[in-house]
Amino acid sequence: MRLLTTYLIGVIFGAGIALAGMANPAKVLNFFDIIGTWDPSLILVMGGALTVTFVGYRVVLRRPGPVFAGGFSLPTSRVIDLRLLGGSALFGIGWGMTGFCPGGALPALGTGNTDVFIFCAAMLVGLMLGKAGVTALSRPGASLPFKT
Amino acid sequence: METAFTPVQSLIGGVWIGIASVLLMLTLGRIMGATGIVAGILAPAGRQDWLWRVALVAGMASGPLALMLVTGQMTEVQVPVSRATLIIGGLAVGIGVTFGAGCTSGHGVCGLARLSPRSLAATLTFMAVTALTVYVTRHVIGG
Repeated sequence: MRLLTTYLIGVIFGAGIALAGMANPAKVLNFFDIIGTWDPSLILVMGGALTVTFVGYRVVLRRPGPVFAGGFSLPTSRVIDLRLLGGSALFGIGWGMTGFCPGGALPALGTGNTDVFIFCAAMLVGLMLGKAGVTALSRPGASLPFKT
Repeated sequence: METAFTPVQSLIGGVWIGIASVLLMLTLGRIMGATGIVAGILAPAGRQDWLWRVALVAGMASGPLALMLVTGQMTEVQVPVSRATLIIGGLAVGIGVTFGAGCTSGHGVCGLARLSPRSLAATLTFMAVTALTVYVTRHVIGG
């Protein structure tokens, strides 16, 4: 029941991404190309998703806990540091080069497009490299070669 | 490559993304962030933890097919860049979202919905850098 529900939530997310055009790199890149072939559609994707989530979270997080788990797993870190901003900037370079973000690429796998599989394979390698990097940096005594 | 402005489809799609995010919080108490979900598949905290993540990603990948059953149209995936670019960009995305602890779904939707200053900083950064990257590749190098 729990897994089936989770699967169906994934289907809603994936269908939403697909309908919105977030699985289409050409459309995503055009959103950022304001002085070129601009396609403002993604404003509506972000606006729609954010409005529903903002209101929905306010209702759901008032509950004592989620239906199938012991408690809400919410991020607790409040640090805005070089790691957060540098990582986000590197993500922006990759997103701007390809037009794929993780949430757009995973549903796009379902179209069977070979390019999506190539991107996702590279992204998975990147996730593992990033994990290794984060682990190395968080070892006691480890420090970045520059001041943060 | 031009794409058509699709305000209605994009708004409805965005609403569905929001509904899925709210439902995942309601059922499992989890943030609908693609980065965190996939990272947990690569390094699971246990069998149950691994299973829900795989079920969610399998559902995501079934999304285009489910949509086709309703609309009769296959989701368009137009990739206007080379495979070498996909590989380098994919690596950058994977490493970047790990250090940045989130992507468009985690920071840009769920984090902003929680009014997290950290997610706002991350989202402003990656949106600005993405726009700059597109400007450079299309109008400086490619222009």
